[in-house]
Amino acid sequence: MIVAKRKPFEEIKESVVGAKRILVLGCGTCVAVCLSGGEKDVAILALQLKMALKLENQDVHIDELTIERQCDREFIEQIGTRVNPDDYDVILSMACGAGVQLLSDVFEHKVVLPALNTTFIGVAEKLGVWSERCSGCGDCILGKTAGLCPIARCAKQLLNGPCGGSVNGKCEISKEVDCVWQLIIDRLTRLDRLEMLEEIFPVKDWSPAGHGGPRKMVREDLKL
Amino acid sequence: MKSGSSLERILESGQFAVTAEAGPPKGSSAKVIQRKGELLKFCCDALNVTDNQTAIVRMSSLGGCLLLKELGVEPVLQMVVRDRNRLALQGDILGAAALGIRNVLCLSGDHQKFGNHPTAKGVYDIDSIQFIQMVKTMRDEHKFLNGEEISGDVPFFIGAAANPFADPFEFRVIRLAKKVNAGADFIQTQGIFDMARFTEWMKMARDKGLHEKTHILAGLIPVKSVGMARYMRNNVAGLSVPLEIVDRMADAKDPKEEGVKICLETIEQLKEVEGVHGIHVMAVAWEDIVPRIVEEAGLMPRPVV
Ligand code: SF4
Repeated sequence: MIVAKRKPFEEIKESVVGAKRILVLGCGTCVAVCLSGGEKDVAILALQLKMALKLENQDVHIDELTIERQCDREFIEQIGTRVNPDDYDVILSMACGAGVQLLSDVFEHKVVLPALNTTFIGVAEKLGVWSERCSGCGDCILGKTAGLCPIARCAKQLLNGPCGGSVNGKCEISKEVDCVWQLIIDRLTRLDRLEMLEEIFPVKDWSPAGHGGPRKMVREDLKL
Repeated sequence: MKSGSSLERILESGQFAVTAEAGPPKGSSAKVIQRKGELLKFCCDALNVTDNQTAIVRMSSLGGCLLLKELGVEPVLQMVVRDRNRLALQGDILGAAALGIRNVLCLSGDHQKFGNHPTAKGVYDIDSIQFIQMVKTMRDEHKFLNGEEISGDVPFFIGAAANPFADPFEFRVIRLAKKVNAGADFIQTQGIFDMARFTEWMKMARDKGLHEKTHILAGLIPVKSVGMARYMRNNVAGLSVPLEIVDRMADAKDPKEEGVKICLETIEQLKEVEGVHGIHVMAVAWEDIVPRIVEEAGLMPRPVV
Protein backbone atom coordinates (compact mmCIF):
# COMPACT_ATOMS: atom_id res chain seq x y z
CA MET A 1 0.00 0.00 0.00
CA ILE A 2 0.92 3.66 -0.20
CA VAL A 3 1.93 4.75 3.26
CA ALA A 4 1.41 8.33 4.34
CA LYS A 5 1.79 10.25 7.52
CA ARG A 6 -0.19 13.20 8.77
CA LYS A 7 1.58 16.53 8.53
CA PRO A 8 2.29 18.33 11.80
CA PHE A 9 -0.90 19.98 13.05
CA GLU A 10 0.62 23.46 13.08
CA GLU A 11 1.56 23.17 9.43
CA ILE A 12 -1.97 22.08 8.51
CA LYS A 13 -3.53 24.88 10.55
CA GLU A 14 -1.19 27.42 9.00
CA SER A 15 -2.11 26.21 5.51
CA VAL A 16 -5.85 26.82 5.98
CA VAL A 17 -5.54 30.34 7.39
CA GLY A 18 -8.20 32.61 5.90
CA ALA A 19 -10.56 29.81 4.86
CA LYS A 20 -14.17 30.19 5.96
CA ARG A 21 -15.57 26.81 4.95
CA ILE A 22 -13.33 23.73 4.88
CA LEU A 23 -14.10 20.21 3.71
CA VAL A 24 -11.79 17.65 5.30
CA LEU A 25 -11.82 14.87 2.77
CA GLY A 26 -10.60 11.38 3.66
CA CYS A 27 -9.66 8.48 1.43
CA GLY A 28 -10.85 4.97 2.24
CA THR A 29 -8.05 2.97 0.67
CA CYS A 30 -4.28 2.90 1.39
CA VAL A 31 -4.16 5.79 3.82
CA ALA A 32 -7.15 4.42 5.72
CA VAL A 33 -5.32 1.11 6.14
CA CYS A 34 -2.19 2.82 7.43
CA LEU A 35 -4.37 4.87 9.77
CA SER A 36 -3.53 8.31 8.43
CA GLY A 37 -6.32 9.48 6.18
CA GLY A 38 -9.41 7.32 6.66
CA GLU A 39 -12.75 8.19 8.24
CA LYS A 40 -11.45 8.18 11.83
CA ASP A 41 -8.45 10.29 10.96
CA VAL A 42 -10.73 12.77 9.21
CA ALA A 43 -12.87 13.03 12.35
CA ILE A 44 -9.84 13.62 14.56
CA LEU A 45 -8.32 16.28 12.32
CA ALA A 46 -11.65 18.06 11.85
CA LEU A 47 -12.20 18.16 15.60
CA GLN A 48 -8.68 19.39 16.29
CA LEU A 49 -9.05 22.13 13.72
CA LYS A 50 -12.44 23.19 15.07
CA MET A 51 -11.08 23.44 18.59
CA ALA A 52 -7.91 25.25 17.65
CA LEU A 53 -9.65 27.75 15.42
CA LYS A 54 -12.35 28.37 18.00
CA LEU A 55 -9.71 29.14 20.61
CA GLU A 56 -8.43 31.79 18.24
CA ASN A 57 -11.98 33.12 17.82
CA GLN A 58 -12.03 32.27 14.16
CA ASP A 59 -15.39 31.59 12.67
CA VAL A 60 -14.73 28.64 10.39
CA HIS A 61 -17.17 25.98 9.30
CA ILE A 62 -15.68 22.52 8.91
CA ASP A 63 -17.32 19.45 7.36
CA GLU A 64 -16.06 15.91 7.05
CA LEU A 65 -16.37 13.37 4.28
CA THR A 66 -14.53 10.22 3.29
CA ILE A 67 -14.74 8.66 -0.13
CA GLU A 68 -13.58 5.25 -1.30
CA ARG A 69 -10.63 6.49 -3.33
CA GLN A 70 -9.33 9.92 -4.25
CA CYS A 71 -7.16 8.53 -7.05
CA ASP A 72 -10.18 7.63 -9.16
CA ARG A 73 -12.43 10.16 -10.92
CA GLU A 74 -15.45 7.94 -10.54
CA PHE A 75 -15.34 8.26 -6.75
CA ILE A 76 -14.46 11.94 -6.75
CA GLU A 77 -17.47 12.67 -8.91
CA GLN A 78 -19.70 11.09 -6.27
CA ILE A 79 -18.68 13.81 -3.77
CA GLY A 80 -21.40 16.01 -5.32
CA THR A 81 -24.11 13.55 -4.33
CA ARG A 82 -23.24 13.95 -0.65
CA VAL A 83 -22.13 17.54 -0.23
CA ASN A 84 -22.08 20.60 -2.42
CA PRO A 85 -18.41 21.25 -3.27
CA ASP A 86 -19.26 24.89 -4.03
CA ASP A 87 -19.98 25.40 -0.33
CA TYR A 88 -16.29 25.18 0.52
CA ASP A 89 -13.40 27.49 -0.18
CA VAL A 90 -10.81 24.85 0.82
CA ILE A 91 -10.71 21.09 0.41
CA LEU A 92 -8.22 19.61 2.83
CA SER A 93 -7.31 16.25 1.38
CA MET A 94 -6.23 13.40 3.59
CA ALA A 95 -5.22 11.23 0.63
CA CYS A 96 -1.78 10.54 -0.82
CA GLY A 97 -0.29 13.00 -3.29
CA ALA A 98 -2.07 11.28 -6.16
CA GLY A 99 -5.45 11.95 -4.56
CA VAL A 100 -4.62 15.59 -3.85
CA GLN A 101 -3.71 16.10 -7.49
CA LEU A 102 -6.73 14.40 -8.96
CA LEU A 103 -8.94 16.53 -6.71
CA SER A 104 -7.16 19.62 -8.01
CA ASP A 105 -7.82 18.44 -11.57
CA VAL A 106 -11.51 17.89 -10.93
CA PHE A 107 -12.11 21.00 -8.82
CA GLU A 108 -10.31 23.43 -11.07
CA HIS A 109 -11.40 26.56 -9.21
CA LYS A 110 -10.99 25.35 -5.69
CA VAL A 111 -8.03 25.45 -3.29
CA VAL A 112 -7.01 21.86 -2.52
CA LEU A 113 -4.46 21.37 0.25
CA PRO A 114 -2.60 18.26 1.45
CA ALA A 115 -2.91 17.16 5.06
CA LEU A 116 -0.57 14.18 4.68
CA ASN A 117 3.00 13.57 3.63
CA THR A 118 3.09 10.64 1.24
CA THR A 119 6.06 8.58 2.31
CA PHE A 120 6.48 5.23 0.58
CA ILE A 121 5.09 2.03 -0.86
CA GLY A 122 5.33 -0.44 1.96
CA VAL A 123 3.86 -3.01 4.26
CA ALA A 124 2.43 -3.15 7.75
CA GLU A 125 5.17 -4.94 9.65
CA LYS A 126 3.18 -5.17 12.84
CA LEU A 127 0.63 -3.05 14.63
CA GLY A 128 1.72 0.55 14.34
CA VAL A 129 4.81 -0.12 12.23
CA TRP A 130 5.01 0.31 8.47
CA SER A 131 8.13 0.04 6.38
CA GLU A 132 9.22 0.68 2.85
CA ARG A 133 9.42 -2.16 0.35
CA CYS A 134 9.19 -0.77 -3.15
CA SER A 135 10.48 2.30 -4.99
CA GLY A 136 8.39 1.74 -8.09
CA CYS A 137 11.53 1.65 -10.25
CA GLY A 138 9.60 0.33 -13.22
CA ASP A 139 11.84 -2.69 -13.83
CA CYS A 140 11.50 -5.21 -11.04
CA ILE A 141 14.67 -7.04 -10.00
CA LEU A 142 13.25 -9.00 -7.07
CA GLY A 143 13.74 -12.25 -8.97
CA LYS A 144 17.48 -11.66 -8.81
CA THR A 145 17.69 -10.41 -5.25
CA ALA A 146 15.93 -13.13 -3.28
CA GLY A 147 12.69 -11.16 -3.20
CA LEU A 148 14.22 -8.32 -1.17
CA CYS A 149 14.67 -4.96 -2.84
CA PRO A 150 18.03 -3.19 -2.55
CA ILE A 151 16.68 -0.16 -4.39
CA ALA A 152 14.01 0.51 -1.83
CA ARG A 153 15.86 -0.85 1.18
CA CYS A 154 19.60 -0.25 0.78
CA ALA A 155 20.53 3.29 1.79
CA LYS A 156 22.88 3.45 -1.20
CA GLN A 157 20.75 1.50 -3.68
CA LEU A 158 23.69 -0.83 -4.24
CA LEU A 159 23.12 -3.61 -6.74
CA ASN A 160 26.33 -5.36 -5.70
CA GLY A 161 26.23 -4.99 -1.95
CA PRO A 162 26.78 -5.06 0.91
CA CYS A 163 29.01 -2.04 1.37
CA GLY A 164 31.76 -1.86 3.95
CA GLY A 165 29.44 -0.39 6.54
CA SER A 166 27.27 -3.46 7.11
CA VAL A 167 27.72 -4.66 10.69
CA ASN A 168 25.81 -7.31 12.65
CA GLY A 169 23.05 -7.25 10.08
CA LYS A 170 22.52 -3.52 10.44
CA CYS A 171 23.02 -0.70 7.97
CA GLU A 172 25.78 1.85 8.44
CA ILE A 173 23.21 4.65 8.63
CA SER A 174 21.60 3.36 11.82
CA LYS A 175 21.62 0.44 14.22
CA GLU A 176 17.81 0.50 13.86
CA VAL A 177 17.88 -0.26 10.14
CA ASP A 178 18.45 -3.74 8.74
CA CYS A 179 21.10 -4.07 6.05
CA VAL A 180 19.03 -5.48 3.22
CA TRP A 181 22.11 -7.04 1.66
CA GLN A 182 22.64 -9.09 4.79
CA LEU A 183 19.00 -10.22 4.48
CA ILE A 184 19.51 -11.06 0.80
CA ILE A 185 22.61 -13.11 1.58
CA ASP A 186 20.88 -14.91 4.46
CA ARG A 187 17.91 -15.77 2.31
CA LEU A 188 19.97 -16.96 -0.64
CA THR A 189 22.05 -19.06 1.75
CA ARG A 190 18.85 -20.68 3.06
CA LEU A 191 17.71 -21.31 -0.51
CA ASP A 192 21.18 -22.63 -1.37
CA ARG A 193 21.45 -20.09 -4.18
CA LEU A 194 24.18 -17.79 -2.90
CA GLU A 195 26.19 -18.31 -6.08
CA MET A 196 23.66 -15.99 -7.76
CA LEU A 197 25.54 -13.10 -6.19
CA GLU A 198 28.90 -14.00 -7.69
CA GLU A 199 27.90 -12.42 -10.99
CA ILE A 200 28.26 -8.66 -11.22
CA PHE A 201 24.84 -7.08 -11.33
CA PRO A 202 24.80 -4.78 -14.35
CA VAL A 203 24.19 -1.03 -14.30
CA LYS A 204 20.52 -0.22 -13.98
CA ASP A 205 18.38 1.63 -16.49
CA TRP A 206 16.81 4.35 -14.37
CA SER A 207 14.61 5.71 -17.14
CA PRO A 208 11.55 3.63 -16.15
CA ALA A 209 12.17 4.73 -12.55
CA GLY A 210 11.04 8.26 -13.32
CA HIS A 211 14.36 9.63 -14.54
CA GLY A 212 12.98 9.39 -18.05
CA GLY A 213 10.27 11.90 -17.18
CA PRO A 214 6.79 11.46 -15.65
CA ARG A 215 5.44 7.98 -16.17
CA LYS A 216 2.24 6.85 -17.73
CA MET A 217 0.66 3.48 -18.42
CA VAL A 218 -1.72 3.01 -21.32
CA ARG A 219 -3.74 -0.13 -22.01
CA GLU A 220 -5.15 0.27 -25.49
CA ASP A 221 -7.45 -2.71 -25.00
CA LEU A 222 -9.18 -1.00 -22.10
CA LYS A 223 -9.55 2.45 -23.61
CA LEU A 224 -13.06 3.57 -24.46
CA MET B 1 51.72 -1.35 -18.24
CA LYS B 2 48.11 -0.34 -17.90
CA SER B 3 48.73 3.17 -16.65
CA GLY B 4 52.45 3.66 -16.27
CA SER B 5 51.95 5.06 -12.77
CA SER B 6 54.77 4.66 -10.24
CA LEU B 7 52.42 2.77 -7.99
CA GLU B 8 51.75 0.28 -10.75
CA ARG B 9 55.45 -0.06 -11.56
CA ILE B 10 56.40 -0.61 -7.94
CA LEU B 11 53.70 -3.21 -7.41
CA GLU B 12 54.26 -4.96 -10.71
CA SER B 13 57.97 -5.21 -9.97
CA GLY B 14 57.12 -7.05 -6.78
CA GLN B 15 58.18 -4.32 -4.36
CA PHE B 16 56.34 -3.51 -1.16
CA ALA B 17 54.36 -0.31 -1.75
CA VAL B 18 53.58 2.51 0.66
CA THR B 19 50.67 4.86 0.12
CA ALA B 20 49.07 7.37 2.47
CA GLU B 21 46.10 9.63 2.62
CA ALA B 22 46.25 13.38 2.03
CA GLY B 23 42.85 14.86 2.75
CA PRO B 24 42.04 18.19 1.11
CA PRO B 25 41.02 21.18 3.24
CA LYS B 26 37.56 22.53 4.00
CA GLY B 27 38.52 25.56 2.02
CA SER B 28 40.36 26.77 -1.02
CA SER B 29 43.90 26.91 0.31
CA ALA B 30 46.35 25.12 -1.96
CA LYS B 31 48.92 25.28 0.85
CA VAL B 32 47.20 22.66 3.01
CA ILE B 33 47.50 19.98 0.41
CA GLN B 34 50.92 21.17 -0.73
CA ARG B 35 52.21 20.93 2.83
CA LYS B 36 50.98 17.35 3.10
CA GLY B 37 52.53 16.61 -0.28
CA GLU B 38 55.93 17.97 0.78
CA LEU B 39 55.75 16.11 4.07
CA LEU B 40 54.90 12.74 2.56
CA LYS B 41 56.68 13.04 -0.76
CA PHE B 42 59.73 10.98 0.15
CA CYS B 43 58.12 8.32 2.28
CA CYS B 44 55.20 7.30 0.05
CA ASP B 45 54.86 6.02 -3.48
CA ALA B 46 51.51 7.69 -4.02
CA LEU B 47 49.07 9.78 -2.00
CA ASN B 48 45.32 9.26 -1.98
CA VAL B 49 43.31 12.44 -2.18
CA THR B 50 39.99 11.79 -0.49
CA ASP B 51 36.68 12.73 -2.09
CA ASN B 52 34.32 14.57 0.27
CA GLN B 53 35.34 12.05 2.90
CA THR B 54 32.68 11.09 5.44
CA ALA B 55 30.32 13.15 3.29
CA ILE B 56 31.86 16.42 4.48
CA VAL B 57 32.40 18.92 1.71
CA ARG B 58 36.02 19.68 0.99
CA MET B 59 38.16 20.79 -1.91
CA SER B 60 37.62 18.34 -4.77
CA SER B 61 39.80 15.32 -5.08
CA LEU B 62 40.67 16.25 -8.64
CA GLY B 63 41.86 19.71 -7.51
CA GLY B 64 43.93 18.15 -4.75
CA CYS B 65 45.44 15.60 -7.11
CA LEU B 66 46.54 18.29 -9.52
CA LEU B 67 48.20 20.28 -6.71
CA LEU B 68 50.13 17.17 -5.67
CA LYS B 69 51.11 16.41 -9.22
CA GLU B 70 52.55 19.88 -9.64
CA LEU B 71 54.82 19.11 -6.68
CA GLY B 72 55.99 15.91 -8.30
CA VAL B 73 53.96 13.71 -5.98
CA GLU B 74 51.94 10.89 -7.50
CA PRO B 75 48.25 11.13 -6.59
CA VAL B 76 45.52 8.52 -6.28
CA LEU B 77 42.21 10.08 -7.28
CA GLN B 78 39.49 8.88 -4.91
CA MET B 79 36.01 9.02 -6.40
CA VAL B 80 32.70 8.21 -4.74
CA VAL B 81 29.50 7.30 -6.56
CA ARG B 82 27.48 9.04 -3.85
CA ASP B 83 28.02 12.45 -5.44
CA ARG B 84 28.17 11.77 -9.18
CA ASN B 85 26.11 9.98 -11.78
CA ARG B 86 27.55 8.02 -14.70
CA LEU B 87 27.91 11.16 -16.83
CA ALA B 88 29.86 13.09 -14.20
CA LEU B 89 32.02 10.07 -13.29
CA GLN B 90 33.05 9.44 -16.88
CA GLY B 91 33.63 13.13 -17.52
CA ASP B 92 35.86 13.42 -14.46
CA ILE B 93 37.76 10.27 -15.43
CA LEU B 94 38.55 11.81 -18.81
CA GLY B 95 39.51 15.11 -17.19
CA ALA B 96 41.81 13.32 -14.76
CA ALA B 97 43.37 11.34 -17.60
CA ALA B 98 44.02 14.56 -19.51
CA LEU B 99 45.68 16.06 -16.42
CA GLY B 100 48.03 13.10 -16.18
CA ILE B 101 46.48 11.45 -13.16
CA ARG B 102 47.09 7.73 -13.41
CA ASN B 103 45.60 6.10 -10.30
CA VAL B 104 41.94 6.04 -9.34
CA LEU B 105 40.20 4.52 -6.33
CA CYS B 106 36.55 3.68 -7.02
CA LEU B 107 34.34 3.91 -3.94
CA SER B 108 30.71 3.95 -2.86
CA GLY B 109 31.31 6.68 -0.27
CA ASP B 110 29.99 7.11 3.24
CA HIS B 111 26.28 7.83 3.32
CA GLN B 112 25.45 11.55 3.14
CA LYS B 113 23.59 11.22 6.41
CA PHE B 114 26.94 11.27 8.27
CA GLY B 115 28.25 14.41 6.72
CA ASN B 116 27.70 18.13 6.96
CA HIS B 117 24.93 18.17 4.35
CA PRO B 118 22.70 15.41 5.67
CA THR B 119 19.70 16.69 3.70
CA ALA B 120 21.46 16.17 0.36
CA LYS B 121 20.12 13.84 -2.30
CA GLY B 122 22.49 10.91 -2.73
CA VAL B 123 23.19 9.99 -6.34
CA TYR B 124 24.12 6.28 -6.33
CA ASP B 125 23.37 5.94 -10.04
CA ILE B 126 25.90 3.10 -10.30
CA ASP B 127 27.69 1.27 -7.50
CA SER B 128 31.41 0.96 -6.80
CA ILE B 129 31.75 -2.41 -8.55
CA GLN B 130 29.97 -1.15 -11.66
CA PHE B 131 32.20 1.93 -11.50
CA ILE B 132 35.36 -0.20 -11.50
CA GLN B 133 34.02 -2.11 -14.50
CA MET B 134 33.18 1.13 -16.28
CA VAL B 135 36.70 2.56 -15.84
CA LYS B 136 38.21 -0.71 -17.01
CA THR B 137 36.07 -0.63 -20.16
CA MET B 138 37.05 3.00 -20.75
CA ARG B 139 40.71 2.04 -20.42
CA ASP B 140 40.84 -1.30 -22.21
CA GLU B 141 38.16 -0.90 -24.85
CA HIS B 142 38.08 2.87 -25.23
CA LYS B 143 34.35 2.76 -24.73
CA PHE B 144 31.91 4.72 -22.64
CA LEU B 145 29.31 2.91 -20.60
CA ASN B 146 26.84 3.31 -23.47
CA GLY B 147 29.23 1.64 -25.90
CA GLU B 148 30.26 4.82 -27.73
CA GLU B 149 33.88 5.23 -28.73
CA ILE B 150 36.25 7.34 -26.62
CA SER B 151 38.95 9.26 -28.42
CA GLY B 152 42.36 9.05 -26.76
CA ASP B 153 43.75 6.86 -24.01
CA VAL B 154 42.36 6.46 -20.52
CA PRO B 155 45.37 4.97 -18.74
CA PHE B 156 44.36 4.28 -15.16
CA PHE B 157 45.64 1.94 -12.51
CA ILE B 158 42.29 1.01 -10.99
CA GLY B 159 41.86 0.65 -7.27
CA ALA B 160 39.07 -0.45 -4.98
CA ALA B 161 38.45 -0.61 -1.27
CA ALA B 162 37.83 -3.76 0.72
CA ASN B 163 36.67 -4.10 4.28
CA PRO B 164 37.49 -7.46 5.87
CA PHE B 165 35.82 -6.28 9.09
CA ALA B 166 32.33 -5.63 7.77
CA ASP B 167 29.64 -8.29 7.71
CA PRO B 168 28.75 -10.86 6.61
CA PHE B 169 32.34 -12.06 6.94
CA GLU B 170 32.00 -15.08 4.62
CA PHE B 171 30.73 -12.84 1.85
CA ARG B 172 33.58 -10.33 2.12
CA VAL B 173 35.93 -12.36 -0.03
CA ILE B 174 33.20 -13.03 -2.60
CA ARG B 175 32.78 -9.27 -2.85
CA LEU B 176 36.54 -8.83 -3.17
CA ALA B 177 36.45 -11.35 -6.03
CA LYS B 178 33.69 -9.34 -7.70
CA LYS B 179 35.84 -6.22 -7.48
CA VAL B 180 38.84 -8.05 -8.90
CA ASN B 181 36.72 -9.49 -11.71
CA ALA B 182 35.34 -6.03 -12.39
CA GLY B 183 38.89 -4.81 -12.92
CA ALA B 184 40.47 -3.75 -9.63
CA ASP B 185 44.25 -3.73 -10.13
CA PHE B 186 44.87 -2.84 -6.51
CA ILE B 187 42.96 -2.91 -3.25
CA GLN B 188 43.31 -0.66 -0.22
CA THR B 189 41.73 -2.19 2.86
CA GLN B 190 40.01 -0.67 5.84
CA GLY B 191 42.35 0.08 8.78
CA ILE B 192 43.52 -3.12 10.42
CA PHE B 193 43.54 -3.63 14.19
CA ASP B 194 42.03 -7.09 14.31
CA MET B 195 44.90 -9.11 12.89
CA ALA B 196 43.22 -12.48 13.45
CA ARG B 197 40.28 -11.53 11.28
CA PHE B 198 42.52 -9.95 8.65
CA THR B 199 44.71 -13.02 8.29
CA GLU B 200 41.63 -15.21 8.04
CA TRP B 201 40.28 -12.97 5.28
CA MET B 202 43.63 -13.06 3.47
CA LYS B 203 43.64 -16.83 3.66
CA MET B 204 40.21 -16.94 2.06
CA ALA B 205 41.42 -14.50 -0.60
CA ARG B 206 44.47 -16.68 -1.31
CA ASP B 207 42.29 -19.77 -1.55
CA LYS B 208 40.53 -18.05 -4.43
CA GLY B 209 43.86 -16.97 -5.92
CA LEU B 210 42.90 -13.31 -5.59
CA HIS B 211 46.31 -12.29 -4.19
CA GLU B 212 47.78 -13.09 -7.60
CA LYS B 213 45.17 -11.17 -9.55
CA THR B 214 45.29 -7.93 -7.60
CA HIS B 215 47.67 -6.07 -5.30
CA ILE B 216 46.37 -5.86 -1.76
CA LEU B 217 47.59 -2.90 0.29
CA ALA B 218 46.78 -3.29 3.96
CA GLY B 219 45.18 -0.26 5.61
CA LEU B 220 46.57 1.30 8.80
CA ILE B 221 45.15 3.98 11.03
CA PRO B 222 47.70 5.32 13.55
CA VAL B 223 45.88 5.93 16.83
CA LYS B 224 46.67 9.13 18.69
CA SER B 225 44.69 8.73 21.89
CA VAL B 226 42.54 6.34 23.87
CA GLY B 227 39.55 8.52 23.03
CA MET B 228 40.14 7.93 19.35
CA ALA B 229 40.52 4.18 19.88
CA ARG B 230 37.28 4.08 21.85
CA TYR B 231 35.44 6.19 19.32
CA MET B 232 36.52 3.93 16.48
CA ARG B 233 35.61 0.84 18.45
CA ASN B 234 32.12 2.06 19.31
CA ASN B 235 31.05 4.43 16.59
CA VAL B 236 32.60 3.58 13.25
CA ALA B 237 30.57 0.99 11.37
CA GLY B 238 32.84 -1.54 9.74
CA LEU B 239 35.90 -0.97 11.89
CA SER B 240 36.99 -3.67 14.31
CA VAL B 241 39.14 -2.38 17.17
CA PRO B 242 39.83 -5.13 19.74
CA LEU B 243 39.49 -4.19 23.40
CA GLU B 244 43.17 -5.00 23.84
CA ILE B 245 44.09 -2.01 21.67
CA VAL B 246 41.86 0.30 23.69
CA ASP B 247 43.38 -1.02 26.93
CA ARG B 248 46.93 -0.55 25.66
CA MET B 249 46.14 3.03 24.75
CA ALA B 250 44.44 3.62 28.10
CA ASP B 251 47.38 2.24 30.08
CA ALA B 252 50.07 4.00 28.10
CA LYS B 253 52.02 6.83 29.72
CA ASP B 254 52.58 8.33 26.30
CA PRO B 255 49.57 7.39 24.17
CA LYS B 256 51.01 8.77 20.95
CA GLU B 257 54.13 6.62 21.37
CA GLU B 258 51.93 3.62 22.07
CA GLY B 259 49.93 4.38 18.93
CA VAL B 260 53.09 4.39 16.86
CA LYS B 261 54.21 1.15 18.51
CA ILE B 262 50.90 -0.56 17.71
CA CYS B 263 51.15 0.60 14.13
CA LEU B 264 54.73 -0.64 13.75
CA GLU B 265 53.87 -4.02 15.27
CA THR B 266 50.97 -4.34 12.86
CA ILE B 267 53.23 -3.56 9.89
CA GLU B 268 55.72 -6.21 11.03
CA GLN B 269 52.95 -8.78 11.13
CA LEU B 270 51.53 -7.64 7.79
CA LYS B 271 54.87 -8.09 6.07
CA GLU B 272 54.62 -11.78 6.91
CA VAL B 273 51.15 -12.23 5.43
CA GLU B 274 51.37 -13.82 2.01
CA GLY B 275 49.61 -11.67 -0.59
CA VAL B 276 50.00 -8.33 1.17
CA HIS B 277 51.86 -6.16 -1.32
CA GLY B 278 52.03 -2.93 0.59
CA ILE B 279 50.49 -0.66 3.17
CA HIS B 280 48.14 2.30 3.02
CA VAL B 281 48.40 4.71 5.96
CA MET B 282 45.36 6.76 6.85
CA ALA B 283 46.66 9.19 9.46
CA VAL B 284 43.73 11.57 9.46
CA ALA B 285 44.83 14.84 11.12
CA TRP B 286 48.15 13.19 12.09
CA GLU B 287 49.99 13.12 8.78
CA ASP B 288 53.19 14.29 10.55
CA ILE B 289 53.65 10.84 12.00
CA VAL B 290 53.73 9.02 8.66
CA PRO B 291 57.41 9.64 7.75
CA ARG B 292 58.48 8.27 11.14
CA ILE B 293 56.29 5.18 10.83
CA VAL B 294 57.58 4.40 7.34
CA GLU B 295 61.17 4.97 8.47
CA GLU B 296 60.93 2.84 11.59
CA ALA B 297 59.07 0.12 9.73
CA GLY B 298 62.23 -0.23 7.64
CA LEU B 299 60.47 0.84 4.45
CA MET B 300 62.83 3.69 3.57
CA PRO B 301 64.13 4.73 1.16
CA ARG B 302 61.27 4.36 -1.28
CA PRO B 303 62.17 2.80 -4.61
CA VAL B 304 62.77 5.07 -7.57
CA VAL B 305 61.00 3.67 -10.61
S1 SF4 C 1 24.97 -1.25 5.16
FE1 SF4 C 1 23.74 -2.54 3.79
S2 SF4 C 1 21.81 -1.44 3.49
FE2 SF4 C 1 23.24 0.02 4.41
S3 SF4 C 1 24.13 1.10 2.65
FE3 SF4 C 1 25.50 -0.62 3.09
S4 SF4 C 1 24.78 -2.31 1.81
FE4 SF4 C 1 23.15 -0.76 1.84
